[in-house]
Amino acid sequence: MSASLFVVQLFNGLQLGILLFLVAAGLTLVFGVMDFINLAHGVQYMLGAYLAVMAYGITGTFFLSVLLALLASLLFGLLLELLVFRHLYGRDHLEQVLATFGIIMLLNQGVKLLWGAAPLNMPIPDLLSGSVPLLEGLRYPVYRFAIIAAGVLVAAGLYLFVTSTRLGMLVRAGATNAAMVSALGVDIKRLFTVVFGFGAMLAGFAGVMVAPILSVEPGMGDQILILAFVVIVIGGIGSIRGAFLAAVLVGVIDTLGRSFMTDVLRLVLAPTTARVIGPALASMSIYLLMAIVLAIRPAGLFPAKGRA
Amino acid sequence: MPGAMRGIPAAAPSAPRAPSFDQCLAASLFALLALLPLLSHGIASSYSLLVGERAVIFAIAALSLELLIGAGGLVSFGHAAFLGIGAYAAGIAASHGLGTLCLALPAALAASAVFALATGAIAVRTRGVYFIMITLAFAQMAFFIATSLAPYGGDDGLTWPTRTMVLGRPILKDQLTFFYVCLALLVATYLGVSRLIASRFGRVLRGLKDNETRMQAIGFTPYLYRLTAYVIAGTLCGLAGFLLGNQAEFVSPAYMHWQRSGELIIMVLLGGTGTLYGPMLGALAFLLLEEALSRLTEHWKVILGPALVLTALFASGGIAGAIAACRRRRAAPRVPVTLPRLVHHLLDAGLEPARSWRRAIRRRLLRPAHLFKRGAHRARAACEPATLALGRGLQALPSLAERGLKTSVERWWRR
Repeated sequence: MSASLFVVQLFNGLQLGILLFLVAAGLTLVFGVMDFINLAHGVQYMLGAYLAVMAYGITGTFFLSVLLALLASLLFGLLLELLVFRHLYGRDHLEQVLATFGIIMLLNQGVKLLWGAAPLNMPIPDLLSGSVPLLEGLRYPVYRFAIIAAGVLVAAGLYLFVTSTRLGMLVRAGATNAAMVSALGVDIKRLFTVVFGFGAMLAGFAGVMVAPILSVEPGMGDQILILAFVVIVIGGIGSIRGAFLAAVLVGVIDTLGRSFMTDVLRLVLAPTTARVIGPALASMSIYLLMAIVLAIRPAGLFPAKGRA
Repeated sequence: MPGAMRGIPAAAPSAPRAPSFDQCLAASLFALLALLPLLSHGIASSYSLLVGERAVIFAIAALSLELLIGAGGLVSFGHAAFLGIGAYAAGIAASHGLGTLCLALPAALAASAVFALATGAIAVRTRGVYFIMITLAFAQMAFFIATSLAPYGGDDGLTWPTRTMVLGRPILKDQLTFFYVCLALLVATYLGVSRLIASRFGRVLRGLKDNETRMQAIGFTPYLYRLTAYVIAGTLCGLAGFLLGNQAEFVSPAYMHWQRSGELIIMVLLGGTGTLYGPMLGALAFLLLEEALSRLTEHWKVILGPALVLTALFASGGIAGAIAACRRRRAAPRVPVTLPRLVHHLLDAGLEPARSWRRAIRRRLLRPAHLFKRGAHRARAACEPATLALGRGLQALPSLAERGLKTSVERWWRR
């Protein structure tokens, strides 16, 4: 367990956490403000990646394709909201699960139909390729730094937006008590649409960011969806701050667990046992974390106040 | 829980009644399934039996989930874990040469029950969305434990050396026997769950779903009832897992994948909660749809996905809901279409200009519903005074009911 490997994994964890935050931020807002379980949030992340690949194929420039993909994910999110989700607000959670599960099926298979089942790739732009020295004899890819930086920027922007704009105030108010906001004369439907489109765009942005470093394939959104749900439950539903902290926590714990759990266990257990238990325990670590957090604080770390 | 027993008097022993519509429906479903081997001939027969077995096994799993969702209001997003645990327990027993019925089946049931007890003890403390997420978390843990079971196949799964032996003979190996065993277990599960839901325990569970505070106020401990329901449901699903493993003679971590849990929920919802035939029909419908559509095209999910969305949007009660609506329509007295009424409706619809294209389309597509809604609105306005009075009466009703309950409890107590 060398120090440099540890630092690299720490950064990898941070980067995963940032990505998780981008997905979870939209999810927690949709969940908190509209009380809507959107299982289809993961496929919006996947779609962002696919759109980026497609836009890259058309334009050939990275930054333009990022912009196009963002716009397209926003439009697609709004379209979904208009066609399906709008009619499910205020209904039973079970119906929302049914509908959004159907959308997962449709879109996962749809991208397979359109782009094929084989994983796609997107090159890293020249500007962000290469690596920078971190410590002595330790280099880290620029692109991953760029992801972290972009994520932190978005997080800061989101924080400013939520805490100090009128729309952000409405979002916070909606997360606390949507019925009251509506009673005070705010067009809650429009607010919902805005929040939903924005959340879809954030998920799409996360997808766009990972397109150059992960393989873009059908079903890539499913795993991240579950992780994002873990994040928002740990952070407290409806809380951006909670989502950020929980995302970083989950990202770091998951990454470090996967790389070092076996070695740590080897200190106390027999090597063969450690080799068997280590990976399982590493995969479980975040779920353990969630179970512990829920057992101690049933509403998450930073519950949005006023929720029943 | 002798203390809580006082809360609600035990159900009066009722005289044998005529079977209800739901029971008839379930019985005819069982009869149809029992005829399946006779209906199918030739090469297709063994294949259709395989599909039938799967449907019956998943119907058991769906029934167990319905006990949680429909009666308990506990939406478990980790129910597939029990499928895997039941199959793994029996499979591991079989791989050690202990694959006999009197060892493997109890092992499967006990493993599921223990897992349900351990995880339920924590999960049942939470409510709503948090319950959904924590059951998912526990199922994911079980999934990852299964992938790390290197001696038993790990990621690749465990192939059973043989199906479970009954009295040292491979009786379950015969496909027809196995099908009827599964069907018999489904019938037994149905009877058991329906008795359970109708029993005092089931009524307490349903009461907790409707109004927890009130149930607590009359002396029940929600936690114990919910935990018991969770353990029973988990054990039943473990039984389904045992059968599923027997059918495939194989078990893999994929049995516990969260999407499988999602599919179980979908089955229950597609069939409709609140009834017992609903989830069974839902499991059947889901598997048959999957089968039929996958034969049509490999991209069958493109069809099934939107179908689920449409079900959620327009047929929220699922199959059972549609059946109930059908019966209600038939039972309701028909309003005769008279000329004045027709003219009124037409004028009504024609006078109001279409405000937007969306509205116009909706009106054209959902015309009857639209007219109905408007009629209901008018009627409501007309009977405003009456409804107000009724509302006041209804408001007083709970306290009256409580008073009645109290006196009946006191009377029962004094006896």
